[in-house]
Amino acid sequence: MNALIFYSFAAILLFAAVMVITVRNPVKAALFLVLAFFTSAGIWLMLHAEFLAISLVLVYVGAVLVLFLFVVMMLDIDVAPLKEGFARYLPLGILVAALIVVEMITVLNAPAFNIAAPEVVEESNTKQLGRLLYTVYVYPFEIASVILTVAIVAAITLTLREHSRKLQDISKQVAVRREDRVRLVNLRKKQDEGDQAP
Amino acid sequence: MFQVPNMLFALPEMLMLGMACVILLVVAFTGSRRTAWVYGLSQLTLLATAVVVVWFIGEGGLTFADTYIKDNLSDLLKLFICVVNMLVLLYSQAYLKARQLLQGEFFVLAVFSTLGMLIMVSAYHMLTLYLGLELMSLCLYAMVAMQRDSGVATEAAMKYFILGSIASGMLLYGMSIIYGVTGSLSMNEIALAVAAGNGDETILSFGIVFLVIGVGFKFGAVPFHMWLPDVYHGAPTAMTLFIAAAPKIAAFAMIIRLLAEGLIDLQHHWQDMLVMLAVLSMIVGNVVAIAQSNLKRMLAYSTISHVGFLLMGVLSGTQEGFSAALFYTLIYALMTLGAFGMILLLSRQGFEAEYIDDFKGLSERQPWFALMMLILMFSMAGIPPLAGFYAKLTVIKAVIDVDLLLVALVAVVTSVIGAFYYLRVIKVMYFDKPLVDHKLEAGSTMQIMLSANALMVLGLGIVPGILMKICTIVFA
Repeated sequence: MNALIFYSFAAILLFAAVMVITVRNPVKAALFLVLAFFTSAGIWLMLHAEFLAISLVLVYVGAVLVLFLFVVMMLDIDVAPLKEGFARYLPLGILVAALIVVEMITVLNAPAFNIAAPEVVEESNTKQLGRLLYTVYVYPFEIASVILTVAIVAAITLTLREHSRKLQDISKQVAVRREDRVRLVNLRKKQDEGDQAP
Repeated sequence: MFQVPNMLFALPEMLMLGMACVILLVVAFTGSRRTAWVYGLSQLTLLATAVVVVWFIGEGGLTFADTYIKDNLSDLLKLFICVVNMLVLLYSQAYLKARQLLQGEFFVLAVFSTLGMLIMVSAYHMLTLYLGLELMSLCLYAMVAMQRDSGVATEAAMKYFILGSIASGMLLYGMSIIYGVTGSLSMNEIALAVAAGNGDETILSFGIVFLVIGVGFKFGAVPFHMWLPDVYHGAPTAMTLFIAAAPKIAAFAMIIRLLAEGLIDLQHHWQDMLVMLAVLSMIVGNVVAIAQSNLKRMLAYSTISHVGFLLMGVLSGTQEGFSAALFYTLIYALMTLGAFGMILLLSRQGFEAEYIDDFKGLSERQPWFALMMLILMFSMAGIPPLAGFYAKLTVIKAVIDVDLLLVALVAVVTSVIGAFYYLRVIKVMYFDKPLVDHKLEAGSTMQIMLSANALMVLGLGIVPGILMKICTIVFA
């Protein structure tokens, strides 16, 4: 029964992954990506990794892909030119990929990863992860938070431009003087001089 | 059972992280009005971290559940990273100001990047190592892209980002294979598992291939060097200086922790790979550099050849070889600092002294700095009595000691070829008529420090014993 579920999930996952890169419509591609994430979450659930499964659905399906779909719909990207060379490069790409796979299989023929599977603990997955995260892995965890800070700083540095922002400086607006905005022009006098009034 | 970590070991990192957040807040609240304050704060941070590192030198060990190591190697490298970055910030200031790039964000990214380097140097766990590397690299990508109106800089940033990500991916794949075989990510546990003969050696060497590719990418060793000339050329010179100097010291720590500490028992597997990288890097770097007319590009290829020399020390797999490679890395950082510092010194508003022709007749206009450039170029070429000569001598001696005569031969021949392009810069400075007016706009602090930097290369060449002894003690 377990094997049946696994293989059907794996088949759906592969199908969805292939569809992501082959369908023409980016919205459909994003929706297939949702399917791929959801199915891999299911496989994780079978491996007793409940926390990872839930966070994959919450973070990727719930947040990242919704944003992604939003952007795709807002921007109306024309993907046809992006895929122009696809058919031309496909045979070469398949050849290279097949070669790499064959090479890896020949090298890795031995039963390599025969480390014992860890015993399943009858305790909440999330609790276990949390305990490890805040004790043993506290240092890497902190570094990851610094990386996120840097990502924000870098994104703001690269996109925020002083002169392209349309900001209202209220103190400047309040402190404006009459002579900054109003220019009095004596039209009659200018006409008398034969000048062309604006 | 979980043990409370010894926080004192990580004081340099904690200090730098705290100060980075302070600098970030200062930038956020003062905007671009107070860059002088931000500059001062950043220098102060680097200085304070260096002082803390020196203060706690000696005592060491593992902490944070074996993810963090404090030993003599990490102390020495941290000290050098802080000092090198202080000089980088000093040299860059005038250049950045003239190009409206002197924003607070530059300093924030520089300090965070330095933090990443410190983390890499002290990493004793593949996860920490990877996170430190990413922290450092993310800051570097953003720094290269900061000059947004320049097409070359954007292209350079894009290339750097994409190839850097591929390299990280390779590294992660290698790490995951090693983890799959040994069942651990911690360096000492990996070493124990390998020594006990756990796991298939073919699979382990398969993982090592990916680790070496990842490290090779980050170093810029041939055949993974394609990004390096374009990035060095395209990035604003100040950013090039930042990428060229301290990250190489951090990358040295990465290769030592991964190969020499974690996988030392598989040395016969990674030695051959490093021989290929080293030989190709020396040949390609030195030969292609001859054809360059752009000094930044020439120095990029020269970096590739220096990486070849540095890897020679590592591949020997002996204590002497590691200390020789360490010595080479530190000397390389000093020389690069001086050479790019010279470009920054001669650049001014609207003029980049990045072509070799821009140095024509420098001896007539600025005889003192022409002499300094002469010292740096001679040292890079490996001419006695300069530091570059002694560095090359020790790495070549290290490979001869392990009977890799052919590698040593390639090193000697290619460094003779390499002497040509270094000498061309000197010829242009001393025997050609000046084309441009070499007016110096940089402050006197920079002029003094740049002179000190070049004189240090001379001094370390005459008395290499002290630094060499330190490098030997580190690996003893």
